[in-house]
Amino acid sequence: MPLFHTEDQAMLAASVAGFMADEGNIKKQLRSLRASNCQDGFAHALWKQFAELGLTGMLASEADGGLAMGHVEAGIVLAEIGRNLTPSPFLTTSVMGVTALAGGSDDLRGRWLPGVIAGDTVLAMAIDEGPKHRPQSIAVRAERAGNGFRLSGKKQFVVQGASADAIIVAARTAGRDDDADGVTLFAVPRDAAGIGHNAVRLLDSSMASHVTFDNVELDGDCVIGDVDGGRALLNSVLNAGRSGAAAEQTGVASGAFDMTTAYLKTRKQFGKLIGEFQALQHRAAHLYSELEIAHAVVIKAQQLLDGGSDRAELMVAAAKAKAGQVCNLTVRESVQMHGGVGMTDEYDIGLYMKRDRALAEFMGDQFYHTERVAQLSGY
Amino acid sequence: MSDLEAFRSELRSWIDANCPAEMREPVRDEDDICWGGRNFTFKNDAQKAWLDACIAKGYTVPDWPKAYGGAGMSPAEAKVWREELSRIGARPPLSSFGIWMLGPALLKFGTEAQKVHYLGEIARGEIRWCQGYSEPGSGSDLVSLQTYGEEVIDPVGGDHWVVNGQKIWTSYADKADWIFCLVRTDKANKYQGISFLLFDMTTPGVTTKPILLISGNSPFCETFFDNVKVPKVQIVGEVNRGWDVAKYLLGHEREMISGAGGGDRATTIGAALSRNGLAEPMLRAQLAMFDVDALAYAAMGEKFLDEAKVGRGHPAQSNMMKYAGTELNKRRHELFMNAGGSNALEWESEESRGGGTARGWLRTKANSIEGGTSEVMLNVVAKRILDLPGA
Repeated sequence: MPLFHTEDQAMLAASVAGFMADEGNIKKQLRSLRASNCQDGFAHALWKQFAELGLTGMLASEADGGLAMGHVEAGIVLAEIGRNLTPSPFLTTSVMGVTALAGGSDDLRGRWLPGVIAGDTVLAMAIDEGPKHRPQSIAVRAERAGNGFRLSGKKQFVVQGASADAIIVAARTAGRDDDADGVTLFAVPRDAAGIGHNAVRLLDSSMASHVTFDNVELDGDCVIGDVDGGRALLNSVLNAGRSGAAAEQTGVASGAFDMTTAYLKTRKQFGKLIGEFQALQHRAAHLYSELEIAHAVVIKAQQLLDGGSDRAELMVAAAKAKAGQVCNLTVRESVQMHGGVGMTDEYDIGLYMKRDRALAEFMGDQFYHTERVAQLSGY
Repeated sequence: MSDLEAFRSELRSWIDANCPAEMREPVRDEDDICWGGRNFTFKNDAQKAWLDACIAKGYTVPDWPKAYGGAGMSPAEAKVWREELSRIGARPPLSSFGIWMLGPALLKFGTEAQKVHYLGEIARGEIRWCQGYSEPGSGSDLVSLQTYGEEVIDPVGGDHWVVNGQKIWTSYADKADWIFCLVRTDKANKYQGISFLLFDMTTPGVTTKPILLISGNSPFCETFFDNVKVPKVQIVGEVNRGWDVAKYLLGHEREMISGAGGGDRATTIGAALSRNGLAEPMLRAQLAMFDVDALAYAAMGEKFLDEAKVGRGHPAQSNMMKYAGTELNKRRHELFMNAGGSNALEWESEESRGGGTARGWLRTKANSIEGGTSEVMLNVVAKRILDLPGA
């Protein structure tokens, strides 16, 4: 398979790019939500528009009412989300959430997917338990109780957790914290008794919760997939989230880069356009090179994921690591090349630098994934 | 089964039947590469058998037309060929500047007679080519080149140029049979005063002198032209329009040096270099960071070739590839040295294969200079891709 978008994918990219620039742009969404102190961290009206375009259920099977598309297509949407800094539940709900539910029963999918596809339902992912991503260790416990389970413990960095209709929780049902086995995924409804949210605003104006589960009673229907055997499904969800976040990072980097090269062509100092200075030209050209490479490894990882390759996991780790490196470099360079105005709230470039930080932490930063590349390569 | 999968399975059986076991061993040094040419000595029978089998099928240049010695493969089929070779670690049957550089330029700018003649020779490994571009005073500023061809109208012996001047950094000039050479044919016109000439290295007046490098090897030569007679038919493209051919060819040279198409299996180094717990944690971290970049660059190489074969991608993208690929390769060899410890310092021992690690490391320092420096590559990206002002 050639490593570029097919005609269908290119058409999808063009239409999503238009939609996101028109409806999901910084002024209409991010700045307006921030000004109104929106507690959801995204606009429900925009989420409905995602649904009208078929984006909300793009990864769901046709039998479930979705479009049965793959991670390459999801990455196309996420790159545009990144470029426009569009706040939305797409990555958590339509990419990770749908991937999780695909491993669940007919009943469970019937309960949540129609709402997701219609743009009425939002899912949040509760995986992290500390400030750094460490999904190999899971301490939140779900003890068997009658026909169901009782969930206790704390999760954090649950993006849009307080406004989600269900929280997908990775919990331990057997063994010790660090065991690979004994993990189970649950779809926990928002109204379950004993859930506590401490919703906080992050630096990029998004919302994330510290969630407390205090003996939350769950019936067996909340289990996604196999009890104690949820590690493989969790890994699929993580791969989906990581490759998706990497795609969004390339979008953030592209947005910042385009804004910066445009600035180099308009800003004058010493009687010259600053883009005429070779010191800046070389830095811009280096960024271009890095960005192209990041794009390539992200699409490679997504193709391998969609093809079910045994090399997908390695390439997803490489993609999240590389996209993390490159996005961070790009936003830092972008702010520097903007000079003083890059420090102002009025200019958008600073928003890109903030978003990079939030995406970097989401599902493991560049160092976590660089370490994974080493381990998966056998050293 | 799709047509492409049927093609793959056919190709796989053919490779299995025809590629000798020795030709599936990794290339360890220069000696293992089959360059072809009049004076080439095969390292063993397997090398010759593999070459002959591939020549018969057009597989030395699989995506060239059959009429010119190729196999006429489509871009997708040629990708399958590369994948099938890399799957079993098979060596390319033939490597040459004719295949990588002159061939593509002839396919675009050559006359039909030139294509049939020269491309056929290249495909069969009969003629080994070298490249006469740089001059002592014309490195990064290549277009300032001074080697001059004076036009001679000769009704008896045939019209020709008499070429005088000097080239430098001519790779393997001492081993090559013919040269493709940039020669000034109009002193008044900088860009439109250069012609792209082909001539035999045994022509009277051509001499070469190897240059000893820091690696202790001499892959490059100085090449001198003293009244060298070049018949007028041996020009590619029009008189004084050789710069167009040169630039096109440089794109292919940069692609070659960038190492695109290496595949991702061979590119990571951490596992091999940290064996036996030799790597310090800080070095291990550097290896891992390198491997991330190497995997990502391998994907970039695949994407670049896929796009180039169907005419997508920016025409100046090979400059970006050359920059990124050579900088990565230099990092790779720094890490070989770091991980190798004092073993990597050995210069002549049998264990070190004659200082393979150290000499290889030193050789890579030329990567970001030859074929256009990294700085020039960044200039080109800034100007042609990013459209930055005044670049």
